[in-house]
Amino acid sequence: MFEVVNSFHGLVLNGTTSQTSFPYLTTLILVPVFTALMVLAIPQDAQRLIRAIALTGSVATLGISAAVIDQFVTSTGGDQLVSTHQWAPALGISWSIGVDGISLFLVAMTALLFPLALYGTTPKRNTGSPNRNTKGFFAWMLILETGCIGSFLSLDLMLFFLFFELTLIPIYFLISGWGHSGRNRAAMKFFIYTFAGSATLLVGAIALAFIHQSETGTLTFDIRALGETHLSGVEGVLLFLAFTFAFAVKAPIWPFHTWSPDAYAEGPASSSIILGGVMAKLGTYGIVRFDLGLFPHASIMLAPIFLTLGVVGIIYGSFVAAKQRDLKRLVAFSSLSHMGFIVIGAFALTGESISGAVIQMANHGLYTAALFLLIAMIYRRRRSFDVAKMKGLQSQAPVLAAIFTIVMLASIGVPGLNGFIGEFLILVGTFSAHRWWAVVAMLGVIGSAVYMLWAYQQVFHGKPEMAAGEKDFSDINVRERLVLVPLVLLIVALGVFPKPVLDRIEPSVNALVAHVQVVDHGSVIHQQALRSAAGK
Amino acid sequence: MIQLAYLIPLFPLVGFLILALFGRKIGNPRAGWLATLMVFASFIVTMIVFAQVAGQPAGGRLHVENWFTWLSFGSVSIDAGIQIDPLSLTMASFVTGISSLIHLYSIGYMEHDEGFSKFFVYLNLFVFSMLMLVLGENLLITFLGWEGVGVCSYFLISFWFTRDSAATAGKKAMIYNRVGDAGFLVALFLLIERTHSLTYTVIFSRLSTLSKGDLIAISLLLFVGAAGKSAQLPFFPWLADAMEGPTPVSALIHAATMVTAGVYLMCRVNPILHLAPDAGHVIAWIGVATAFIAATIGCAQTDIKKVLAYSTVSQLGYMFLAVGCGAYDAAIFLMLTHAFYKALLFLGSGSVIHAMDDEQDIKKMGALRKVMPLTSLTFFVGWLSIAGVPPFSGFWAKGDVLSNAWVVSPALWVVAAFTAILTAYYMGRQYLLVFLGDRRWSSDGESALHPHDATWKMSAPLIVLAIFAAFGGLLNLPFGSHVNFLETWLNPVVGHSLLRNTDSALQLWIFGIADAVFAVVGALIAVSLWRDAVNRPRLEPRFLTMAWFIDASIDRLVARPSIALAALSSTVIESEVLDGAVNGVAGAFKVSSSRLRRMQTGYVRTYALMIVVGLVLIVSYFLIRSGL
Repeated sequence: MFEVVNSFHGLVLNGTTSQTSFPYLTTLILVPVFTALMVLAIPQDAQRLIRAIALTGSVATLGISAAVIDQFVTSTGGDQLVSTHQWAPALGISWSIGVDGISLFLVAMTALLFPLALYGTTPKRNTGSPNRNTKGFFAWMLILETGCIGSFLSLDLMLFFLFFELTLIPIYFLISGWGHSGRNRAAMKFFIYTFAGSATLLVGAIALAFIHQSETGTLTFDIRALGETHLSGVEGVLLFLAFTFAFAVKAPIWPFHTWSPDAYAEGPASSSIILGGVMAKLGTYGIVRFDLGLFPHASIMLAPIFLTLGVVGIIYGSFVAAKQRDLKRLVAFSSLSHMGFIVIGAFALTGESISGAVIQMANHGLYTAALFLLIAMIYRRRRSFDVAKMKGLQSQAPVLAAIFTIVMLASIGVPGLNGFIGEFLILVGTFSAHRWWAVVAMLGVIGSAVYMLWAYQQVFHGKPEMAAGEKDFSDINVRERLVLVPLVLLIVALGVFPKPVLDRIEPSVNALVAHVQVVDHGSVIHQQALRSAAGK
Repeated sequence: MIQLAYLIPLFPLVGFLILALFGRKIGNPRAGWLATLMVFASFIVTMIVFAQVAGQPAGGRLHVENWFTWLSFGSVSIDAGIQIDPLSLTMASFVTGISSLIHLYSIGYMEHDEGFSKFFVYLNLFVFSMLMLVLGENLLITFLGWEGVGVCSYFLISFWFTRDSAATAGKKAMIYNRVGDAGFLVALFLLIERTHSLTYTVIFSRLSTLSKGDLIAISLLLFVGAAGKSAQLPFFPWLADAMEGPTPVSALIHAATMVTAGVYLMCRVNPILHLAPDAGHVIAWIGVATAFIAATIGCAQTDIKKVLAYSTVSQLGYMFLAVGCGAYDAAIFLMLTHAFYKALLFLGSGSVIHAMDDEQDIKKMGALRKVMPLTSLTFFVGWLSIAGVPPFSGFWAKGDVLSNAWVVSPALWVVAAFTAILTAYYMGRQYLLVFLGDRRWSSDGESALHPHDATWKMSAPLIVLAIFAAFGGLLNLPFGSHVNFLETWLNPVVGHSLLRNTDSALQLWIFGIADAVFAVVGALIAVSLWRDAVNRPRLEPRFLTMAWFIDASIDRLVARPSIALAALSSTVIESEVLDGAVNGVAGAFKVSSSRLRRMQTGYVRTYALMIVVGLVLIVSYFLIRSGL
């Protein structure tokens, strides 16, 4: 067991030595934000240029992320392509970034979804918003991309916090600037709610660093170092809760989700894609990386509570989704349900379930983005998200219907498509560790079929009805196909051949599980020592 | 040549892909011919492999072929691969054979349908999934096929999706199946935990490490999945509604192949069931109860396809009875003969529906024998066969099940025997109402009908299936090892029938005569009651037309409370309790002044911008410092 921990750190060193090569990760983080600056420098009138530059920047980011996957060494669990620079040494903060199996595919998924969102949902085309300011839109989206990728790559807690915060602002402006009628209220609710979470995260991070300093004498926010801190039971639990509140709001975990249906529904398509596809994973990624990595003992202790919240979210989300008439709200509650699976996967604390949770984060991003894109395409034609205002679309748009069907089946978790893999691994692992939670979670497997098939029937089946003077509902065009085809191909490919992905995830997850066990074991010994010392 | 086995599922997969991408361009009828050819090619390969395997010694007929690792985690590795053995080959042969015939039939049946090429897209995908299900070398590949056929069933039931009833029926089938699948999945979790594998051969070699409780739990959980797919109690309401799909679909998916997947699964995991006899009893009783209840319902249905649907449920119940009794070869034997005669009956009913301009009410038919002689004759063969009149195939297969039930428990045999009488009766009622008696449709005037036998594409499959339905018993005659081919062939996989140890010539004759008497009695009752009458309300009580109110009860006990709970969650809990609490907290902060509230939007904006500015400064500081 201890060997694993050693190799865990050995790899960090190995990674550091490869610093001399091209700084892939730093580039990955900076390209979007620089593109945003370029976009801001161009006059508003040059809309096509703005769009071209923004797209180029995000596609370049996708290219770099592909290079990162190429550079990634499969069989090791540690951080790779690490780049560390002193930043504010007095405060113990450093620009320390790296990638491991847990973050690799989240970064790649993020880098894929941004260009698709930018290409597929430029404001003038899709949203009901009168705001035609594409310059601001592209700039905020690109800043958001930097925030998301930076969060996944940070190995320094304070750096993570900064990126995590950075994602808030663009989303706030995207929702309030380009959203639908209830956008201001939704943006505000989102901002206040998630900001409350960030506040507890900041306090928790600083407190943890101070505790670490009092123990070792050095002030640092290096998460690998902080992971070795000996925390008393109470300290661990309090810090864990401070961190988890932030992540629970972001994911969201039941019952901290009430901002999400409003934010998903009222925001423009692009912000919904990123909120549901990428930012939800900041929450669940935070749980896996920071809750489990920094507070293993508290994670194990409080696991039953969070397993329960996860299972409640799975079932509650399916029930409420089944009553939604607004397609975006339906996807919001479906996401709540799917996030529940990821939460139980994380807190079941087995190699299978955490691997499942990590791959499910990426897979959920793909099919949720595809769903939001499809819903945006329907909105563009029907000017509504209300299922009651659609009927029989399959007759009029068979290709759209076929793609929707594939994405829907992926989200239901049909084997052969990508949604199945993560769900299956999560349930296999959870079943062996916490049997009855997994059995109850199976209701979600049934529930997802109920609400998705219900929605499909409402929207696509039946005889099409058209009001007088209404234009025919056209099938998807070439541009729309171009956006959807990569997602559909990945949904199929990752369902049929997930092994390359799993092979890269598994070593890091195994290292994490070993770390949790060792530190938990260590902290028990540490406390026993303290107790016996106090006894004397 | 066994190495060619990968071609068996590959042909229909390629057909699916070609048709999915270019089906519309290929058009009607070429898309149908392409699909048919793909399935027929698969059938030919199956036959070649079959011949090869049959030529090998009985102990060496197991071949596993792995293509690639699908999933691996911890010490568990799950491959994408197929297993060729007598059981999977038997299944693959009849699946591809019957599918070929039904594809051919469909070219005729669907020729005027707008969705012609789409129909064959789904049909080829179905055949691929079904082949993965039966050929899979592990339970997860079987599950892949299992879900695949479920999805295709959903597509095909709601094929005419502009009809609300069809769309709803498709959804219902999928949801009922998902409930069963939940059981299937939990069984997989338990197996993975206990044996660290899902590969059939590996699991079976590790069964000795499992406790009695585990074995019973796994058996029953898999049976939950099987009951969902094969429409056993209490899951069968979906199958009656599934008749909304085009009739070739009913014949292929909801009679001959997909619905028998549950029986196949149980036979495939027979080493597990063998160690859990208590689970076997449960399965046998649920099977025989389903057989009986569905048969009674079949006696009172008036829709030509619903009679056949409940008949299918009933026959599947017989198969589970055999499985529960440990007579797996009898279950497979009945599955094969049932596939012949039930596909025949469904295709016959399809020809009738086609000829009657989409009329499905048997009370509005009658006297079709004269105008549709071929359909009538083949349907007659189907009736005698399912009724169990010797020497038609049903006689031998059902007799095999009944005699095995007797060995396990005479009580099972009594219920099964009574059901046999009912079977001969309800099929007789249907035959008489459709083909004999008075003409109850108009041949002149505005709604004139001119029913006639269909073209060769629809008739040829009827003839082929009628031949198999009549002579299918030859596959497994109970007169010693030189003629019970099926039992000998399946023996390496499922072992011997129970009766083997006790049977004697006398017993065989007694059972045979009894079975024949049941069939003839049931048929004669039908003839005497329905030769002249069209309506006999006392024989068609509401309790039976409403299918024992099982569907209504499930609706009342499960569906409606769930809907109420969903409504409660989405209105009260979501907006009042949870969101109310959040808004309450937020409200507490802003009670101070209304002026502040008005400013708030601007307030957050300013604040947000401050963060951006701050972050930009920090990042620039870093950039400058690190000299980038």
